[in-house]
Amino acid sequence: MSLQATTSQTVGPYFKIGLEWLHRDNLAGEGIAGERVTIQGRVFDGDGVPVPDALLELWQANAHGKYAHPEDTQDKPLEAGFTGYGRVPVNAEGIFRFTTIKPGPVPGPKGGEQAPHLMVSVFMRGVLRRVVTRIYFPGEARNAADFILHLVDPARRSTLIANKTAGTPGTLEWNVVLQGPEETVFFDLGL
Amino acid sequence: MKRVAAYRHPYPGTQPNHLHPPYVSSIKRAPTKPPVKIPYTLSEITGPSFSRDIVAPMASDLTRGHPGEPLGERIIVSGRVLDENSRPLGNTLVEIWQANAAGRYRHEWDQHQAPLDPNFAGSGQAVTDSEGCYRFVTIRPGEYPWRNHYNAWRPAHIHFSLFGPAFATRLVTQMYFPGDPLLPFDPIFNCTADEKARQRLISAFDWETTLPDHALGYRFDIILRGREATPMEE
Repeated sequence: MSLQATTSQTVGPYFKIGLEWLHRDNLAGEGIAGERVTIQGRVFDGDGVPVPDALLELWQANAHGKYAHPEDTQDKPLEAGFTGYGRVPVNAEGIFRFTTIKPGPVPGPKGGEQAPHLMVSVFMRGVLRRVVTRIYFPGEARNAADFILHLVDPARRSTLIANKTAGTPGTLEWNVVLQGPEETVFFDLGL
Repeated sequence: MKRVAAYRHPYPGTQPNHLHPPYVSSIKRAPTKPPVKIPYTLSEITGPSFSRDIVAPMASDLTRGHPGEPLGERIIVSGRVLDENSRPLGNTLVEIWQANAAGRYRHEWDQHQAPLDPNFAGSGQAVTDSEGCYRFVTIRPGEYPWRNHYNAWRPAHIHFSLFGPAFATRLVTQMYFPGDPLLPFDPIFNCTADEKARQRLISAFDWETTLPDHALGYRFDIILRGREATPMEE
């Protein structure tokens, strides 16, 4: 008889009290190799109204495609200061922003390689268990062969790929849309 | 790359659906399209880990760090963090936050007409030991009104946030107190179909951790997802 995982509950509106101490909006400090990128966007509810009380958490590999985790046994370099962890709240206008490096490709199913991506958890009042999605990169040739992207309806894949912003090189835009025709693709990881 | 051992899917009814209409905030925020099922990859079985050093030694005692003692009933909340295979999860970060004894959060959006306590901030952190044990000293949070429905009150609760060993094991939950008369009316507590799963969110009064003349003990064990027994077939 195995145990059953504890039931998830919403973070509620006041999570800042408990989670702010570990906010990280820069995942790429000094000495971390790779192409610097700022990713910004907004979180929208079912009325298209910006959500002022959401929190995003990020998890990513470094520019070599190596995670700072013991189960990543690849023989690739890992900078001592790289954690791959981010936690960013939205502001009153529903806007979040963080800086990182574009991750390298990591191993995927069937011996393949996944296109560079960030893992994202989104928490907020009204969301009883986190929603999970990914951010992919625009103009990335590996997207065409990515196993996970291919599991997604082609008409909805664009919700997972950040957009370049006119006039600000190095800044990408990516939004979280909770409902509606432009609803972001979320993944089923069980929790 | 060797095959990736997946994490178990939850037992039916033990986790909330995104949409739970009695919890009004879920109506405009719950995704409406079915989530896309994906295989576990290195991205999901890895996840953030934190050095024990980032948590200050006193961070697990929410009654310290201020000029005086906080108001309210001092309690000790402790328990073990295990995975579904009964394996203790050591070195796991546990973050908590809560209202004060009067049911007021120290947050600019909480305008409930109850006093703030200058001696209580309401946040704490701990890292589990090698047996998966954690322990917080705090005060019992108060119940408070909210606007979900007429005469709505949240039962007393403490928010918990845990990472576990992987992106897949991330959990945010709430711990409740035994005998709270508000539990049957709370749409957040009742968001999950399985009665036993709901009951596991309620801590147990614990003589063993109760300190004479000082604080009542409550026990709250937390189970994070465990691995499938065998690696996924590809």
